[in-house]
Amino acid sequence: MQEEILLQMKGIDKKFPGVLALNGVDFTLRKGEIHALMGENGAGKSTLIKVLTGVYQKDGGEISLEGQNVSIKSPQDAQNKGISTVYQEITLCPNLTVAENMFIGRENGSWIKRKEREKRADEILGGLGIPARSTQQLGDCSLAVQQMVAIARAVDMNCKVLILDEPTSSLDDKEVNMLFDLMRDLKSKGVGIIFVTHFLEQVYEVSDRITVLRNGELVGEYPVEKLPRVELVSKMMGKDLDELSTLGEHEEKKTIVNDVLYEAEGLSSSEAQPFDFSIRRGEVNGFTGLLGSGRSESVRAIFGADKVNGGTVKIKGEQVKVTKPIDAMKHGIGYLAEDRKRDGIIAELSVRENIILALQVMNGMFKPISRSEQEAFADEYIKVLNIKTASRETPVGSLSGGNQQKVILARWLLTHPDYLILDEPTRGIDVGTKLEIQKLVLKLAEEGVSVTFISSEVEEMLRTCSRLIVMRDRRIVGELKGKDLNQTQVMKTIAGGEA
Amino acid sequence: MKKNNKKFLSGGLGQLTIPLIAIALLFIFNLIRDPGFFSIGISHNNDGNAVLAGNLISIINGASELAVLAMGMTLVTAACGGQDISVGAAAAIAGSVFVKVLKSGSGISGGTVLLAFVAACIVAMLFGTFNGVLVAVFKIQPMIATLILYTCGRSIAYWINGGATPTVSSHIITAIGSFIPGIPIPTPVLIVALVAILFKLLFHFTSLELFTQSVGINGSAARLNGINSTFIKLLSFIILGVCVAVAGTIGVSRLSLINHETLLLDVEMDTILAVAIGGNSLGGGKFKISGSIIGAYVIQMLTTTLYAMKVSSTDVKAYKAIVIVLLVVIGSPVVKQRFGKLLERISSKKKITVKGAEE
Repeated sequence: MQEEILLQMKGIDKKFPGVLALNGVDFTLRKGEIHALMGENGAGKSTLIKVLTGVYQKDGGEISLEGQNVSIKSPQDAQNKGISTVYQEITLCPNLTVAENMFIGRENGSWIKRKEREKRADEILGGLGIPARSTQQLGDCSLAVQQMVAIARAVDMNCKVLILDEPTSSLDDKEVNMLFDLMRDLKSKGVGIIFVTHFLEQVYEVSDRITVLRNGELVGEYPVEKLPRVELVSKMMGKDLDELSTLGEHEEKKTIVNDVLYEAEGLSSSEAQPFDFSIRRGEVNGFTGLLGSGRSESVRAIFGADKVNGGTVKIKGEQVKVTKPIDAMKHGIGYLAEDRKRDGIIAELSVRENIILALQVMNGMFKPISRSEQEAFADEYIKVLNIKTASRETPVGSLSGGNQQKVILARWLLTHPDYLILDEPTRGIDVGTKLEIQKLVLKLAEEGVSVTFISSEVEEMLRTCSRLIVMRDRRIVGELKGKDLNQTQVMKTIAGGEA
Repeated sequence: MKKNNKKFLSGGLGQLTIPLIAIALLFIFNLIRDPGFFSIGISHNNDGNAVLAGNLISIINGASELAVLAMGMTLVTAACGGQDISVGAAAAIAGSVFVKVLKSGSGISGGTVLLAFVAACIVAMLFGTFNGVLVAVFKIQPMIATLILYTCGRSIAYWINGGATPTVSSHIITAIGSFIPGIPIPTPVLIVALVAILFKLLFHFTSLELFTQSVGINGSAARLNGINSTFIKLLSFIILGVCVAVAGTIGVSRLSLINHETLLLDVEMDTILAVAIGGNSLGGGKFKISGSIIGAYVIQMLTTTLYAMKVSSTDVKAYKAIVIVLLVVIGSPVVKQRFGKLLERISSKKKITVKGAEE
């Protein structure tokens, strides 16, 4: 490995009103290294990245790039200095072609002729082994390829430092591997890569070094082979991780015999193929499968989130019609959607308003919950779920991802559902909050609430669910329970065929 | 100090800061220009009633139709993220219906006026529904959807009274358009207050405000929380319809006649402007009705000030535009953010010095 220092950040301070977001943080990136930046939400990862990319101006400290002191004034400035970022959400234009996306907004970009531009784009894509054609509409490519195009764009702009902010959170395993190959390729070309992610396995698969932040301070920098996984987690959380293991030993729940709460037969929607499904009172089950296997679409059909096409639904033994969300809510079903930003939070409204929203909708427009009651509800759930917010009147959009998720959980808990559907409740949130949510699920089940839990982390589902429904290619291909509930069996069923 | 800054930036009281400052500046400017500008006197009108008179009264009075329309427009803007540009034309229709019903009987009693107003309301709500269906059901851009009624509205108004511009003479109509005997405050001002109170009550006794904001900020999430966003959008247009009928009725009553060509001509743009000056995002979402009312008064005060300065009516629009550009730029997120940063820097500097002193 080359040991040449590419980027050095020293004693970086960043203050926000009332908070010291970064307190004397050091960070060093060498040439040709993949450096994982780890920390829980609120640890200061994003702030550090934003200082580095010129989104924020640092309040103290120094940044040097290849030995030269630099000050980074704006994202554009960062890009010109060779620091590029590929964000979690793709920030390119889906309705332009791949080639156009690669050259848009760049100096000289518009001067290159279309044919020439496409030729160059194909060369770059080919060189990096990215499976896309320059003339394709970007929106037609898979998310993984879109991300790779964004990386290719950065590489072509002579980037020395490439920041990947949660690049894998919407990718399936195969796509993650493609991305990793690309990252290793760039590494061998001398690019320094800063890799921000919540997935521990991925850190260990691809990184060379790990820097851990906690509460805006540097915990330490470690070569990856010197930091076992458990230690990393405890460094991130600042406490020992006994809790995780005890949770793992959660015994098979003795569910009440045959007390079926919800039952669907041949349920289908505009997005989901017909399927049968049932859940008992106090049961926690899960849908698993690769991205695009139809797991989200199926639970959306249960909630009436997409246009329901057919099937019979029985709740508590009675046949009912659930064609839109309000029907499901009136029958005691709550649904935490997969995409928190798009389908969950009302960003500009306060924590209080976000918490009472679903209950208010169920009560109807003409029975408003009084202000004092709203405040009492909000305070209660802020306390119960340990939501970190400046006040109940803070706009929910300014909270961290994990706390936003808790607000939405609070919203549904407040409706006292019989059946709660949680689609990826732990995506993109920190380990501590993940654990809290898993515990909450088990506690709800003990209280007799049925829960359907979806997560792309199989371990998490094995820990919480007593039954797993496996989907592949938009169909249910298996159901696992009891001693079949283990990682190998799940993988086998997902993969299917030659087991 | 810091808390105040935050509030200032994140809506709440802050949303009203700029329109209030604008009003204050116009006030001060006029006071310097003419210390007697805002003096309020008591005069006797043609009916021999003692009534309040003065520039301030005429400003508040003159802005009545605008204020009523701006309130309804705020709701449409918040729910749909777009504006209704047909309010002027729709008001001409409502006014025509109002006169048509008044003229249909033999005499004009309180009952006929009420009937005429209800008829105007129903018709305006129907046209509101038409706009609302185009926007909420067919998902047409509000400005395009309402362009239809904007284009044909005054023709429809023309047909209602057979192309004539009939006058109505009744003391009740005069009372609506100017003063109720014994009350020194112009009736349109009272009507604005009444409409504002009705909105306040509407928001107090229903969750319309929360639902409208949810639909405007994040329609997808609102739907998944069981809110019927189509209905909320439609409802906003229907409520605006009522406002249109009220504005049309005031307009007709002021002149005791309906002129479908000139009644509330070009009011739609001023209405949208009032909503914007009030600090409401024209892209929908969070809103404050009070902001839009203040916005309406800012516009009217500006116009009156310019006329008082003997600016010719052709030039008024140009001067108005200059002031509005200033207001809108100052109210823009970019300037607010810069200003917020500046405040932050000042306050943090202060803190450091305080800290230093302590040490």
